[in-house]
Amino acid sequence: MMPRFHAQDEHLMDYAAGSLAEPIAVLVATHLALCPACRARVEAFEAVGGALLEKLGTEAIDRSLRDSVLAKLDETDSECAPPPSVRKPAPIDLRVPEPLRGYLGGGLDTLAWKARGPVDEVRILREHAGVTSRLLRIKAGTPMPHHTHDGNELTLVLTGGFTDRGDHFLRGDVAAADSSVDHCPAADPGEDCYCFAVNDAPLRLTGPIGRLLNPFLRI
Amino acid sequence: MLEADKTIPGQDNVALIDLMSAIAETRDREAFARLFDHFAPRVKAYMRRLGAEPAAAEDLVQDVMLTVWRRAGQFDPTKAGVATWIFTIARNRRIDIIRHERRPAPDPNDPALVPNREPEADAAVEQNQHGTRLRSAVAELPEEQARLLELAYFEDKSHSVIAGELGLPLGTVKSRIRLAMDKLRIQLAELK
Repeated sequence: MMPRFHAQDEHLMDYAAGSLAEPIAVLVATHLALCPACRARVEAFEAVGGALLEKLGTEAIDRSLRDSVLAKLDETDSECAPPPSVRKPAPIDLRVPEPLRGYLGGGLDTLAWKARGPVDEVRILREHAGVTSRLLRIKAGTPMPHHTHDGNELTLVLTGGFTDRGDHFLRGDVAAADSSVDHCPAADPGEDCYCFAVNDAPLRLTGPIGRLLNPFLRI
Repeated sequence: MLEADKTIPGQDNVALIDLMSAIAETRDREAFARLFDHFAPRVKAYMRRLGAEPAAAEDLVQDVMLTVWRRAGQFDPTKAGVATWIFTIARNRRIDIIRHERRPAPDPNDPALVPNREPEADAAVEQNQHGTRLRSAVAELPEEQARLLELAYFEDKSHSVIAGELGLPLGTVKSRIRLAMDKLRIQLAELK
């Protein structure tokens, strides 16, 4: 099944240009694994990059650099024969496509989940300051606390589904919310919903109890 | 080397594809030298534009062009033009070496990957025409739109950063870029 809610062109272009921060690039690339249509869009944006590279102009290359590159061709050939790609025999968690899978160090069931109210989470990519990247497990049939964000939130569904403001998101779908959105997405009944979410600023809980919890709950 | 097919528009691109085949199939050093002379100055300009010092830019040029030599066999003219393929290598090496980040990408061999529906017929010919038309369409963009694309592609700036620096609302930046893409897409849509 193809996703219905796609990554925005803005993000696809920034991904193709190479200007997205790594956590958002991981989310976009993992959506791409599930979405042939967006892969085709990225190829078109890369073609724009190719056309711009042709148009960009040139900077003089030293004769010595040219000679040095040409002299290295043989040694490059001998040292860098591409290694035969050997699939790891370990079972892989097909619920998580690459490249996200490579960032987890294990399947969804092996992660150190931490309870945050009705939601369990695992933080990844922590070295990126200012961006919060989390795997989320929302229990079947459960709403998340009412919240808004100072910045932008992108959520990619891995399994299960959730409903947010009338839209129903399933595997591969990307939900985008910005600071104008105050929402409480609710997981479908029957199956826990696993998502990957990236925020470029902290969440703020906006429900009556949530507001009191804000200082303590850095979700 | 093969004679370029004169019936296919975009002979530049065809000539470049011939160079790539010669490199991949016979490890033709002369073909590589010609490809180098065309792209090395552009890759250097790209790295300089993105803030690399001259020495670092030259290291990256060497790195990128040796990667081109090594991976020539992976170049698929039905998927992308030569300039596009080299652009993606330059982009990835820059992220790796200058930004010290990984470039996350889907793995085509991942069993979880949802495959493309149908392979396109005559994709190589289409790709050629596509590349040539795209180049002329990019050249004809109004200055304001071309400038935004350059900021996006050559200054490592996401849409939101560009909006901040130009003092424009994000929506305005998005709609100007969308206008530019619509212009480019009109050219692409004619091929369908």
